[in-house]
Amino acid sequence: MSALLEVDHLAVTFDTEDGPVLAVKDMSFTLNPGEILALVGESGCGKSVTAMSIPALLPTNGVTRRGAVRLSGRELTTLAERDLEALRGKEISVVFQEPMTSLNPAYTVGKQIAEVIQRHQGLNRREALDQAVELLVKVGIPDARRRCASYPHQLSGGMRQRVMIAMAVACDPKVLIADEPTTALDVTIQAGVLEVIRTLCRELGTAVVLITHDLGVVAEVADRVVVMYAGRAVEQASVRSLFAAPQHPYTLGLMGALPANALRSGSRRLAEIPGLVPAPVDDPDECQFAPRCGRATSECRAARPQSREIRDEHWVACYHPGHEEDGDG
Amino acid sequence: MTAVAPVPVVMVGRATRLRKRFLRRPMAVLGLVLVVLFLLLAIFGPLLTPDPLAQELTSAFASPSAHHLLGTDDLGRDELARLAAGARVSLLAGVLSTALAMVVGVPIGLASGYFRGWIDPIVMRLNDAVLAFPFLIFAVGFAAIFGASLRNVVIALSIGLLPTIVRIARGEALVLREQDFIGGAVADGARSRTIMFRYLLPNSLNTLIVQATVAIPIGIIGEAVLSFLGLGVQPPNPSWGVMLTSAQQFLVQAPQLAIYPGALIAIATLGFNLLGDGLRDVLDPKDRR
Repeated sequence: MSALLEVDHLAVTFDTEDGPVLAVKDMSFTLNPGEILALVGESGCGKSVTAMSIPALLPTNGVTRRGAVRLSGRELTTLAERDLEALRGKEISVVFQEPMTSLNPAYTVGKQIAEVIQRHQGLNRREALDQAVELLVKVGIPDARRRCASYPHQLSGGMRQRVMIAMAVACDPKVLIADEPTTALDVTIQAGVLEVIRTLCRELGTAVVLITHDLGVVAEVADRVVVMYAGRAVEQASVRSLFAAPQHPYTLGLMGALPANALRSGSRRLAEIPGLVPAPVDDPDECQFAPRCGRATSECRAARPQSREIRDEHWVACYHPGHEEDGDG
Repeated sequence: MTAVAPVPVVMVGRATRLRKRFLRRPMAVLGLVLVVLFLLLAIFGPLLTPDPLAQELTSAFASPSAHHLLGTDDLGRDELARLAAGARVSLLAGVLSTALAMVVGVPIGLASGYFRGWIDPIVMRLNDAVLAFPFLIFAVGFAAIFGASLRNVVIALSIGLLPTIVRIARGEALVLREQDFIGGAVADGARSRTIMFRYLLPNSLNTLIVQATVAIPIGIIGEAVLSFLGLGVQPPNPSWGVMLTSAQQFLVQAPQLAIYPGALIAIATLGFNLLGDGLRDVLDPKDRR
């Protein structure tokens, strides 16, 4: 199956007054049509920056981006702003984390959805508005026709996130980037919103890049997972393979920190990963996780481990992988 | 004020709430009343009064009578008619100069704040250059160079009002550009023009409306001062400033000729200022009294 989206050795550097910040060091992954791919990692590991690089939504000054991003074989990193505008919202759309502030407070939600449709599909206002109502029905908003006339401040967070999703899928995009779409929501609402994303994308055949730090969310909706650490992918696998046999010590650490797993192992405290994420100021030739890793040896500090396929379609960048604590390969 | 546009039910709720909050402020209501009286005088006054240029030298300095409700001036012209005609000039000068400054200044300010880059420092330095001249000196210089007329007064005043408006629009754009919904619009493929006029402008409208009510009285005073100095409306045409000038020489025998236009300038300005203060409080989303 040929990949829909290819991210190839992507690196993103921010120039700040305190020197360059290496937000993403070397990321490669592919996204297949209709697939839901989760990008997982701690705050600051570069998952949002990676995702925002795809439709070139990062600021242009002070940011250097290297590597390639291809959508259906078309290179995106060299596109002119005009072409990117035509692409955004139509072929690649984004759902942000903050539903409370991501809608224009000056217009009704129906009008905002209709505007995206008018912009990219050239329908007239009447038709676009009718489509907006249909979309609101699809994302599970009751009484959609009346809700179209509501202003964002009159809707709850969950409703607004549903509106954002409706807006994002309005033009039937090939790729939907969802940047922590449920983090700001009530737990009881989260499941509903995830369900909407999953069923809608299955129905429309939209591929999804789902950014999250919540492994529970990953297990629930994703097909494949990329675990990120300090600007790099440390492990890539299908959800089944990853949860059945996590390989990288960092992935194991993340799973150990899940309350359900702690309960199962009978421990009264949540396991945590000691130490902090390294500051993204340099890129030494060593495993960046080594200082926090119980398995680290001199080998880990001598050279960066390369990503290798240790099982079918299961990649890991570690010298001592394995899901048992003693690390048999 | 009570007119309700045909919008969804929820909007009427908002309009009603704003009206209630406005009516709870006596000073704001007073401002509104003064502004409405001023508008009535400027719009309908000249239609109901005699020719403000018609001289009756035999009845100069006449006292109020049924024929001349506020008496006559030094050339026997009807005082009320001249005040009404002057109100129209003031309204034109205040509103037109503000409107012109808004039409030019708001897009410049929004673009400057939204795009930043190289245009922002250029716009801001030009702004500083205009601000460096005292408003009045600038307007006097402009009228002196290009000639004294109402049109040039309006242009000079709007250039003088421009820097404040550019700054305020820029400030709004600077705040708004960091908001998530602007990033969302970019992610949906919105062009810069769409963002400026559909996202930045409507969301800074409250502030800009308040700014307009501050700019209008500055325009009114500016016109009066320039006309007083002989750089605006030219006699015999009436303007409150012109009337003050000609009243100077008769301050002792006919003080009312100075008091009437002076009081009207004060009242019109006060009205707009009170209204502006009230609107600022009412439209401020943080103020929920």
